[in-house]
Amino acid sequence: MIDLKDISRVYQVGSERVYALNKANLHISPGEFVSIIGPSGSGKSTLMNIVGCLDVADSGTYLLDGTPIEDYTENELARIRNRKIGFVFQSFNLISKLTAEENVELPLIYQKVPRSERKERVEAALARVNLQKRAGHLPTELSGGQQQRVAIARAIVTRPSLILADEPTGNLDSKTTIEIMDIFHELHDGGNTIVLITHDDEVAKQASRIVRIKDGKLTEVDT
Amino acid sequence: MIQAFKMAMKSISGNKFRAFLTMLGIIIGVMALVILVSLVSGATGTVTDTISSLGSNLLSITVSDDKGKPVTLDTLDEWMEDPRIGLAAPSATASATGKYGSTTKTVTVYGATPAYAPINDQTVLLGRFLNQADVENHTNVCVIPEKTAEDMIGYTDCLGEELALNGVKYTVVGVLKDDDESLAGILTKNSMMAYIPYTSLMRLSSTVSSGIASFSVSAPEGGSLNTTENAMEELLLERFREDEDAYSILSQDMLEDAMTSVTAILTVLLGGIAAISLVVGGIGIMNIMLVTVTERTREIGIRKAIGAGRGVILQQFLLESVVLCMIGCAIGVFLSWVVLRVISVMVASMGLSFGLEWGVVVIAVAFCFAIGVIFGLYPANKAAKLPPIEALHYGG
Repeated sequence: MIDLKDISRVYQVGSERVYALNKANLHISPGEFVSIIGPSGSGKSTLMNIVGCLDVADSGTYLLDGTPIEDYTENELARIRNRKIGFVFQSFNLISKLTAEENVELPLIYQKVPRSERKERVEAALARVNLQKRAGHLPTELSGGQQQRVAIARAIVTRPSLILADEPTGNLDSKTTIEIMDIFHELHDGGNTIVLITHDDEVAKQASRIVRIKDGKLTEVDT
Repeated sequence: MIQAFKMAMKSISGNKFRAFLTMLGIIIGVMALVILVSLVSGATGTVTDTISSLGSNLLSITVSDDKGKPVTLDTLDEWMEDPRIGLAAPSATASATGKYGSTTKTVTVYGATPAYAPINDQTVLLGRFLNQADVENHTNVCVIPEKTAEDMIGYTDCLGEELALNGVKYTVVGVLKDDDESLAGILTKNSMMAYIPYTSLMRLSSTVSSGIASFSVSAPEGGSLNTTENAMEELLLERFREDEDAYSILSQDMLEDAMTSVTAILTVLLGGIAAISLVVGGIGIMNIMLVTVTERTREIGIRKAIGAGRGVILQQFLLESVVLCMIGCAIGVFLSWVVLRVISVMVASMGLSFGLEWGVVVIAVAFCFAIGVIFGLYPANKAAKLPPIEALHYGG
């Protein structure tokens, strides 16, 4: 489902070329729950951007569901993100002017899903994260854990092939972290493919497979 | 599209005061455009109405070089025999000191013939107008308007009274009805006037001689002014040895045409100035849209991450700037209507009325729309082109 082959991403910092990813290889099969762990500056974010189709590698090939994504235009990448990938970010990244419901609805609007179907699917997604009662609230009226649950609902509402979570518990206390991780487990049990990027060993251990990233290289960690 | 529109409204209403300040430029621009153009066209309407009420069956002819063959009263009589010509009357005036009892005023004295009253739409209220015998005998008689009678003599029914003009006594034989409808009537509303036989005026004033320098000609009953104009052209050319520069013919139509082109220029000029203020308003919109794009960089990043393409982002911001412009435009049009109503009430006594000129409203709406698109395009395009990762990580 995800197939990274010799992926490199180079940044020019002053006169120096910095390899954020250096010939990285990664294969993730459908239904897997993979943690990618590494310290800050290890290339985690770059990997997440490339896997999430937010950025394109300088060299190497990336196959998502068997299709190489290198040749796509920005708009085509947007379509792929919209249909195949559900993002969960550390800082929730909800749009503050929109209610929980409207935030969850947004990716469906971009997919041009008809209104009645949108309503149904939004309700179902919010029910999945147990937030039906908070549907009409603005993000500022919700706690951190609730906001992250809205973000998860937004990620799953399009029924993506991949849920990509970047430090989803980084801004949360330990009790809420457990709640959020429980949701990820439930999603995994429901058949979703999950890639979780973190620097927290405890969180990483909950995945069925751990990949460590260091200096732009990926190595499998035995669990 | 409906979603994008809702989004735009939400974004605008989320920052009402700023939105209002941004719109102010557009509001003022629209008001300037709509009010100025409506005022000009309202005034134009009134002025052209006045000009046409003067009667458009009149030609004003001025002789600048008589080539030794001056136009005299006899010539005019002769021309009046022509079936293509209605009436002809000299238009000569002089200024004189009028005296009645202890009242002394400056009086404009008109040298008239019997044809003068009908040609200029003068209505006799009391007595009679000047007749042929008065002209032939250089009689010292005069006809005065109602207003002059009241101001100089003290009452309207003053037939038989003697009014002194430059020391010579003239017997009042008729009183004319005040004319407060035509332009000439309005312009001479407060001046003292007296009509005396043309021949008497020749004695009163050294500048008036038997050679008539300017006169009016009307079309015959039921005839067209064009025919009359052609006839006059022919007669004058013949008289002045085919010299076109010896005379000039001015018709009411020409005056109207001139007036129309003057006001058309005025409309374009004022409209242009107002349009500049609209453009300035548009720059304000662009400025605030650029600020909005920067402020919402992160939001743009989020939208892009969850699948918004360039077109969607472009449309969203473009729509926001257009909506901002159109709301400003609507407020501007409404306020213009209010201001025009207030002005109309204030000047109602002058017989002027100003309404919203729908043509200019349509232009204003189209212009605002164009400004919204043109000045929104750059910020919207800037937003659309933001790379998703950079936008997502903007400001944290």
